[in-house]
Amino acid sequence: MLTIRSAGWEAPQEDLEKSSLRLGFVPLLDAAPLVVAKERGFFRRHGLDVELSRERSWANVRDNLEAGRLDAAQMLAPMTLAATLGAGARAVPMVTALSLGLNGNAITVSRSLLGRMQEIDPPAMRRSPVPARALKAVLDEDRRRGRPPLAFAVVYPFSAHNYELRYWLATGGVDPDRDLEIRTVPPSAMVEALADGTIDGYCVGEPWGAYAAHSACGHTIVRTYDVWNNAPEKVLGVTRAWAERHPCTHRAMVRALIEAARWIDRPENRLETLHVIAGESFVDAPVEVLERALARAPSADGDAAVAAGTFYRGAATFPWRSHAIWFLTQMLRWGQIDAPVDFAAVSAAVYRCEIYREAAEPLGVPVPLVDSKDEGVHDAPWLLGEATSPIAMGPDAFLDRRTFDPNEPLRYLAAFAATRAIAPLRTPR
Amino acid sequence: MSRLTQKVPPSPAARDLRVLIVDRTAARSHALREALEREGYVALIPPPGRCDLLRCVRELEPDVIIVDMDSPDRDIVEDSRRVFLEDPRPIVMFVDESDSASIRAAVDAGVASYVVKGASPERVRPVVEVALARFRAFQSLKSELDDARNSLAERKLVERAKGLLMERRSCSEDEAYRMLRRMAMSRGQRLAEVARNVIEMATLL
Repeated sequence: MLTIRSAGWEAPQEDLEKSSLRLGFVPLLDAAPLVVAKERGFFRRHGLDVELSRERSWANVRDNLEAGRLDAAQMLAPMTLAATLGAGARAVPMVTALSLGLNGNAITVSRSLLGRMQEIDPPAMRRSPVPARALKAVLDEDRRRGRPPLAFAVVYPFSAHNYELRYWLATGGVDPDRDLEIRTVPPSAMVEALADGTIDGYCVGEPWGAYAAHSACGHTIVRTYDVWNNAPEKVLGVTRAWAERHPCTHRAMVRALIEAARWIDRPENRLETLHVIAGESFVDAPVEVLERALARAPSADGDAAVAAGTFYRGAATFPWRSHAIWFLTQMLRWGQIDAPVDFAAVSAAVYRCEIYREAAEPLGVPVPLVDSKDEGVHDAPWLLGEATSPIAMGPDAFLDRRTFDPNEPLRYLAAFAATRAIAPLRTPR
Repeated sequence: MSRLTQKVPPSPAARDLRVLIVDRTAARSHALREALEREGYVALIPPPGRCDLLRCVRELEPDVIIVDMDSPDRDIVEDSRRVFLEDPRPIVMFVDESDSASIRAAVDAGVASYVVKGASPERVRPVVEVALARFRAFQSLKSELDDARNSLAERKLVERAKGLLMERRSCSEDEAYRMLRRMAMSRGQRLAEVARNVIEMATLL
């Protein structure tokens, strides 16, 4: 078997329903699997001729998928759920069978806000991660003096960034809706908005956190790894209608991207990955900024000294349903959805673990045999035994050491003091 | 293209409609503004250079927003819907001519309304009209559905909260209802939300 799977191995070609594909991406570090799969020939090896389309906004990604202008796209993981539920826009049922990686976001504040936080609560600012209590002290002072509330930005309301930022704020006693304003700013405009004072801080994916540090207008105070270890971030999204019409093409695409993610995660391929994605047509950020971004991202085993993002290790490509259910709890928590949700049904309809397994099977890589896992229960590396062969997993702890049982989402939700849930907290029968 | 060019008579209500144009191509947005103003619209363009688009939307309170589909500002425009949560506004998109085939599919699916870039500004008015008409139809359908879905559950909450208030404050049903409404108005919350809080508080105490 090993000789067959060596470098020269050609995958048996399924009868692809479609071989010419147009895939959308947004210029961020975690577009790397798509870019590498194209540039290094992983798509071609699986019979796919892929054109990559750089998208200007997340709303466009969703609309272009629905209009059929894109076959598949890099998406913010919660977007697939929001689009399916019709939250924030028209309902477009989406499907994902692949996670594009874990971690990589950071909370950055402006130099002036950093100065105020340091002045008002020096001990807090010496801690890592910085607790939001320092920010709360600044917000309280502003309120006493009748100043307008500060503004933080995320790239899109249905994003891990938004939920991670809110989680950090709420854990430190800040009400993300009443005490400050969270607004949407496109990633490429974040640094400028921070520099000119339109916003006072943001939570965004790399390389834009590193970019602020590079241009000296902002300072990163929290890596979201410390809010939720190995938190999911982007996924490969397709519409449900597309997935139903193109099952073989879908599997081939997922297969090529698993291979690309595995290739990227090898230390010896890091530098080449950086140069490939730093190209003008992909992520137009200088290589040294991208390097800095990658150096800031922790590895799956929690060793921050290893300069590595997490694209493959620790089952980073697997679409865990527990991730989907956690995102749904956050949408409820912050009032983004106003009707009861059938957590099990929605997560199973959108997060398609079985497609992942079928796609991965010919690659002979270890694959989880369970669809969900408890989150927040491991604060150290652990071994997932319920897999085709055991998988070394990274920690999955939350900032406040809470645990999340995906079978009890409502109990989890009810335990939070700060919640803006407007939907009846029950599961419809 | 028939859908984009068909004549729609301007409704009298359309006269004072405020249209915000979010497009960094100055020549195009100015031509569009002139065309819209000739038709009796109030056409608004954010100040040149970098601006706080969310604040613009908030302060200008447009009835319709036209946005360049290729602009990263689209996500801000989409998020600005939160500003008008109770009264959302239609969004019309500028797209490239080359995309027209797939865009037609999107228009037919009712996703949104689009203006093809390079189309003469006169063509824009009918699109704005169609967008508004479709949007209103969609909203009324949606609100009917929402009402049907929510009203029963919400009425139950309000009834229960009223009962609790009547019992604890020994007041009449009318007074209890007025109390709930006052709380809702002062907190900027929906009645059902306030009712839920009352019930939660009551079960805690």
